[in-house]
Formats: sequence, structure tokens, C-alpha cells
Amino acid sequence: MTATTTAARETVPSAAAIEAGDFFLRSGPFTTRVHTSIPHLPDGTAQLYEPRHISAHRDFADFHVTVAPPRGVRRWYRPQVLFHLDGIVPFKPLPLLHAVPIFEWGLNWCIVNRANSYLIIHAAAIEKNGFVAIMPGVPGAGKSTLTAGLVNRGWRLLSDEMALISLTDGRVMPLVRPISLKNESIALIRDFVPGAQFSAACHDTIKGTVAHLKPPQESLNRVDEPARPAWIIFPHYVNGLPATLATYSKAASLIEIARNAFNYSVHGARGFAVLADIVESSRCYRFSYGDLDEAVEVFAALEPPTRAGA
Amino acid sequence: MRISADRLRKALQDSEFLPTLSLSEWDLVIRQAQRAGVLARLAIQLDARNLLDAVAAAPRQHLLAERALAEKHERDVRWEVRCIQEALAESGVPIVLLKGAAYTFAGLPPARGRLFNDIDILVPRAALEVVEQSLRRSGWSIGDIDPYDERYYRRWMHQIPPLTHWGRRTTIDVHHTIIPDTARLDLRVEKLFAAATPIAGASGILTLAPADMILHSATHLLNEGEFARGLRDLDDIAQLLRHFGRDAAFWPRLTERAGELDLRRPLYYALRYAAMLLGAPVPAAALAAGPDAPNRLLRAVMDTLFERALRPDHRSCRDGLSGTALWLLYVRSHYLRMPPYLLIPHLLRKAYRRTITPDASGPG
Repeated sequence: MTATTTAARETVPSAAAIEAGDFFLRSGPFTTRVHTSIPHLPDGTAQLYEPRHISAHRDFADFHVTVAPPRGVRRWYRPQVLFHLDGIVPFKPLPLLHAVPIFEWGLNWCIVNRANSYLIIHAAAIEKNGFVAIMPGVPGAGKSTLTAGLVNRGWRLLSDEMALISLTDGRVMPLVRPISLKNESIALIRDFVPGAQFSAACHDTIKGTVAHLKPPQESLNRVDEPARPAWIIFPHYVNGLPATLATYSKAASLIEIARNAFNYSVHGARGFAVLADIVESSRCYRFSYGDLDEAVEVFAALEPPTRAGA
Repeated sequence: MRISADRLRKALQDSEFLPTLSLSEWDLVIRQAQRAGVLARLAIQLDARNLLDAVAAAPRQHLLAERALAEKHERDVRWEVRCIQEALAESGVPIVLLKGAAYTFAGLPPARGRLFNDIDILVPRAALEVVEQSLRRSGWSIGDIDPYDERYYRRWMHQIPPLTHWGRRTTIDVHHTIIPDTARLDLRVEKLFAAATPIAGASGILTLAPADMILHSATHLLNEGEFARGLRDLDDIAQLLRHFGRDAAFWPRLTERAGELDLRRPLYYALRYAAMLLGAPVPAAALAAGPDAPNRLLRAVMDTLFERALRPDHRSCRDGLSGTALWLLYVRSHYLRMPPYLLIPHLLRKAYRRTITPDASGPG
């Protein structure tokens, strides 16, 4: 879904478009038209996304999104905000201050529900030397924290939440969205990555305190470079546990990664074939860790599979 | 500002020109088609002509996504009907498939690129209890439902409340006729069963005869006041007319059958709008205003209302009259379904429930 515009005329400079709350945002293969009357949303977006990916006009948008207060009394009394996708309202309203998270979660919803030309795994995807580690994970497994740490220690971010797999060649397409972090992870990553750029923290969300981290510049620069999977690693965070990498059976890995695929049933036999190929040619592990530095070391030592298969 | 849906309507008739669209034209067509439930249909039509690769990359991803979804839905519907067959096999009740499931099993054009919600079946009224029991035994149930809504389904509509399967979360609507009891039109459902056609290779399931299929679709679209999928439903009718209408003898049969079942008025509107809006090849004789066609004034009013109701449910297609048109047609559908002394209390109750629970949706 590359926003290939033959003439992306900048009729109004991006900064003005952001201020007007009417702009186009590119994230990976998707272009989103954003329309909002809430000032801290475009400001937050400008902090978290690459300026080159925000523009005043695109000929085609994959998603037409509006983030606005609801009608009626909640516009003023304990004000709320609603996410709309071209006439559909997928979520109940959230407090107005949570406009940035609702936008991020809303955009996730758009991709998961509409981008069925890809196989979408609920997983992080990071790359080094042309090889991708796919890390499927249920919430709480520490996947986002691990991802945030690794992409600031030599790995490139493809995605922290949704691995987009091409059905034609099994490669992972970069999405490069802000990384969503919760509660203690926020402070942990602030320490781990000096100068990290965060959105304002939102407290009392359904997930606790939430903040979004801007991806590293190199990851943003290389958003057009897909890469091939080489490792499937199931992470599990437990405080105090030493970093342990254990080989996981391919059969179990296939079942587990399929279970973590959002739209596995959409693709039927073809989805199975694509995942089976990926598992077959990747090294599969379970990984438990309690300390981010140790995790970085383990990942630095990962060997890609040989040509003939893992 | 209203933008027309002409391009989308033209594309449904012949998708050949679609690859020539600019990106901004595609942007609008995709959004309108998505809301109307016909995007998958366009994808399949382009695929059948080997034109998908000629579409620009960005819109093409949406078409590919919809094609994948449509293929999944077809797999699911075939499986679901098989499960229903198994559940009802012992009872020996004949099951007539309606709407989408019927198109799929009969291999008819509207099946291509279709996204399904529920499965609709028609069974004899006398068999209703047996059918409900058999389905419950196999894992379907009504679930939480307001007692008023449940009474409404059973008494005023023509079906058991929707049954949902515990494991697959799929829903069946079991009908015993295609017009409600109280409606002014008195329909002989036995005639429908008598004309129903078995499906080759599938025991115990049938579809309505071609004319009846069109009449059912027309009645559902023009009389039941629900237009969320209006353009899709009208296109179903247009495709069926194109398919069955290749036989010249079909048209007088269709008109005659409408007379027999007392469904002349909905058929009149269906033919009129399928021809007017989607270019269906309806012969002049079939389109002609017969003795029980609406008078010119009523026709003009209905044109104004239905043309709006049959646009895609997208904000680019709404104008100042759209809301009113939908509301008037909604009231009309209830007027056709219930006598006034019941209609007013029902509408008041619906309006009240909508104010206390904005998400409240029930039958009617």
C-alpha cells in the first residue's frame, strides 16, 4: 500500500497542516488521512512520527480517520474523545487526554481489520544484517519492552505490535510505528535509551500508564526495506530470571505463531503454507529474561540459519 | 458536499474502466464500495477479467484484501450449511436456503465476492418447533434477548429470533414465510415450497425458484426499510435479472408469479430501480406501469426516497434529504407490516430505547 503519488503537491506545508488538524500520515505501507479538532493529537503525532511522513496532501489514503469529541454533554463535561474510521466507530469514547493512545490503538484496529492482503501476526519484528527476528507475544510477555531495548542496541525496528507478512514471498514489511510502553517499562526505557523521545504519558488507561516511544531514526529511514525472517523467538519476561534461550520444536512453533496471527483464518490453506515455509527456514526459540542488557547480549549472539534450512 | 455514487454504480455494471481511475478517484470508490458492501464484488469482477494487476498498487491492496475475505466467507458458508444439514437431517424437514447462501449453492452471479453475515433458511411453519429443537440440540441458542424483541420476532416478523452457535459464533435466521403475518399482502408460502428447486449433490436443501428468488429479494429490499446494504441488495437483483433474463420467456413468468403471490408493487420498484440505477436489461413490457402500479405522484415521491436510500451508506453520498428519506421508508416498512394501532406504540418504544441505550438494536 505505498502511497505512490504521481504529483504529491504540497499545497500547504506540513506544519500548517498539522496545526489545522488535517494531514496525511504515512506509516509503512499505509497512508492515513487524519482529521482532528484536538490540538494535542497532531502535536503528539509530530513528535512520534518522521516529519517526511507527514504531509498536507496525498491522492490516496488507506484509512480516513477522524478523532473528535463525541456529540452531547461529554463534549464539555469530563470531556471525551472518539475514534472514527470513515463512519465506523470501533471503540467506546476515552478521556480527551488519551487522544494519542486512542489514535494509535485505532490505527492498529484499522490495519488488523482491513489489511488482509497481508498475513498479520501479533508479534514484534526486528532486523539485523538482513535477517528478521519475529517475536510473537501475548500482552504482558514483555515483547514491547524487549523490542524498544533491542532497536536501540543495533537492531532495526520493523514493528513492535504487528508483523506484516507478504503472502507472495514471506518477507516482513516494515511498519515502523511508535512503540507502545506501559507502567514500569516507561522508566526502564528512559534509562536504557538516553535522549529517547516519548509522547506525554497517559495515566489510568485500560492498560495502566501508557506512553509511546518514537522509533530510532535509522528504522524510520529504512521503512521501505522488507526483509526475510530468520528467527522466531517467543519472549517471556520474569523479573530476576537470567536470560535463557531454548530451542523450541518447529511443530509447536508453527502452531504457536498461527495462534498469534490476527487473520490466519482469512487466508486458509495459503496462510498455513506461508507460515510453514517461514517456520521451516527459521530457527525457533523460547526466550526468558529478566534484564534488558542480558537480553541484548543473547540477541547479539544469534546465528542466522544456514542456506539449507535451520 | 455530496459526491455522487455514479462511478461506483457504473463499475458494478462493467468494471473494465476501473484500472484507468486516478488515485483520488480510487480513494472515493473504495470508501463508497466498502460501506456499501460491494468492494469484494469489484475485486472478483476485476480478477475474472485479469485486470487486478492493472490497478495501481495502493488501491489494489484493498481489492486483494477483500478478495481474500470473500474466499474465506464462501468456505465458511459452505461449512455452515453442511452443519445445518447435519443438525436437521434426522427431522426430515426440507430446508430452503435464502439470499446469499442460496446464491452460493446454486452457483449464481451474486455469490461472487460476497461477504455474509447470517444464514437465512425457510422451513414450513408446522416444522418450526422441531427445527428449533434440533438446532438447539446441535449447539445453537437464542442468547440474551429482550422479551419484547423476542415476541416481536415470533409474532410480527416471520422468523424465530436469530440463533447463534456457541462454538462457531455463526447465526441462523429461521423463517417460515417471507412476509410477516400482519402485513397487508397475503402470501401463500406453500406455493414457494411447491416451486422450490433441490440443489444437486446436497440432500435436503433447496433454493427458491428463480422468479421467487427475485421476488423475495425485491420484497426484502423494497418493503423492509433496511438500507445499510441497499446498493448491494439492488445489485443482487440486477445480477439475477441479467442471469435469468437471458431467457425471453422468463420475464412474463416473473410478472405472472408476482401477480400470483401478490407482490406486484415491490417487483415494480425493484425492476424500475435495477434498470434506472444499475442498467439491468429489463424489457419495456416488464417495466410498464400496469394497472396496480403506483400513480405518477407516488412514483415521483418513491423515486426521490429510494434513490437516496439505495446510495452507498457513506457520508459522501448523503444530502439534506437523505435522513428524512430513510426515516420515511422505515416508517413505511412498519406500516406495511403492522396495523396503525400497533405501529405507533412500537415506533415510540423503539425511539425511547434508542435514547436510553444508543447502541440498542433489535428487530424492526
